[in-house]
Amino acid sequence: MRSREPRPMRPTWVLLRKDLLLERRAPESVPAMVLFSITTFVLFHFGLGRDEVEGSLAAGVLLVTILFAAILGINRLFVSEQAEGGFDAVLLAPIDRTALFLSKAMALFLFLTLVELVAVPAFAILLLGPSPWDALGGLVVVLALVNGALALVGALVSALAIRTRSRDLIVPMIGLPLLVPALIAASRSCAPLLAEGGASWPAAKWLAVLALYDLVFGLLAYAVFDFLLED
Amino acid sequence: MYGKGLRALTLATLVALTATFALVVFWAPNDADQGFIQKIFYVHVPVAIVTLVAYVVGGIFAFKQLRTDDRKWDVRSYVVIHIALIFNVVGLLTGAIWAKASWGHWWVWDEPTLVSFLIVFLLYATYQPLRFSIEDPERQARYASVFAVIAGAFVPLNFMAVRMASSLVHPRTFATAEGGLPGEMMFVFLVSLVAMSLLFWLLVKYEITQKNVTWQIRALRRRLLGDDAVAPIGRSAAPTIAPEAAKPLGQRPRVSYENSPEARSRGPEEIAT
Repeated sequence: MRSREPRPMRPTWVLLRKDLLLERRAPESVPAMVLFSITTFVLFHFGLGRDEVEGSLAAGVLLVTILFAAILGINRLFVSEQAEGGFDAVLLAPIDRTALFLSKAMALFLFLTLVELVAVPAFAILLLGPSPWDALGGLVVVLALVNGALALVGALVSALAIRTRSRDLIVPMIGLPLLVPALIAASRSCAPLLAEGGASWPAAKWLAVLALYDLVFGLLAYAVFDFLLED
Repeated sequence: MYGKGLRALTLATLVALTATFALVVFWAPNDADQGFIQKIFYVHVPVAIVTLVAYVVGGIFAFKQLRTDDRKWDVRSYVVIHIALIFNVVGLLTGAIWAKASWGHWWVWDEPTLVSFLIVFLLYATYQPLRFSIEDPERQARYASVFAVIAGAFVPLNFMAVRMASSLVHPRTFATAEGGLPGEMMFVFLVSLVAMSLLFWLLVKYEITQKNVTWQIRALRRRLLGDDAVAPIGRSAAPTIAPEAAKPLGQRPRVSYENSPEARSRGPEEIAT
């Protein structure tokens, strides 16, 4: 007989595995986001008319690119649920509905990490002036926090928009203003890391703001997500 | 009747606004640096404060709608956010005029109030499009409430982040080295704050009353003339289904009142105002 101990996280893992499996079998979001990022770097090169960027300009280029790439992924996040009846399946299953939110946020987090594994080196090669090696540790911390913010807000906004008539418009319209504080904190954190003449560790207060942002939106999303599935 | 106390509130608001403008123009001292134009402060700052508080209040109403599933909270949340958006635009415009007058530019990124105002405006400007793109009224109410809760919590967070990021040349009117506003200015400012709050409350009450009256008339027409005589409301960003209280007596399901003695004792008119 199988053990009956409660495993509250199991539905989340199952749903997350489903998402990752879908993306592996039919890669859709991640390649699009990677290509979009690299194209945007090229566009920034011509748009700014510069071969190399550093400091706050570099931070801005990198983070805005990641932000816009994330919007692509956020738009697609719940499409399979909507098209194939995944919402009904989650509602029918005897599980906590928050599992769907958690799995989607984790999936988006992993997708963004994959994108950054390609996009950040591409950025370093194509546009970045100073050597990226000194900044690596700091960048990992900042980008992890940024991914957290993007994943939490993204999963929430995506769920809010998926069953509206104009979801492609709603996602960036709601998502981008909501992410402004995260972008402020992230670019202030990244600027000293990418500064010309050696990276310096970002001010602790900006990392704290990012972490606080993640925390607040994590709790908010946890509180309100149920209502988005209720029917 | 709907709108109980509306006349008294209208009169009070008129008196308060007239008193405010009279005090601002004739009594409040001119600012030593900026002169007369500084007096736009008495409009800009109270409007800004009322807007931000209203957004948070809209979020609280939306939270109540989610908790109770009572449509009257959706109406209140919608109306509060609607009027707050209008106040938001007024705050942005007066802020821009003030910036032009005192710094010579229509837009100053160093002023955290103005910048957070713009961001908050951009966010709340999507409230109506979001509502408009959801046809089912129940889902519209629920999704709009989720949005309002998130956005209401976002307002203070955003304010904090923007204030930290700006380089602090903004006049900190309330906490300068000399000890803040002189007494007369502070008095005028407080009067203005009361007047703007009254104006906001009045506009909210008017809009809620208007909506309730419209629903009641529609319901009565339907009962008198039949369902075909009343044209259906098309897609709308505003709440389209009346709360139970706005329906005429006799059509209300009794079930929803069984568990609340206070609702039973109240008349149908008072609930929605």
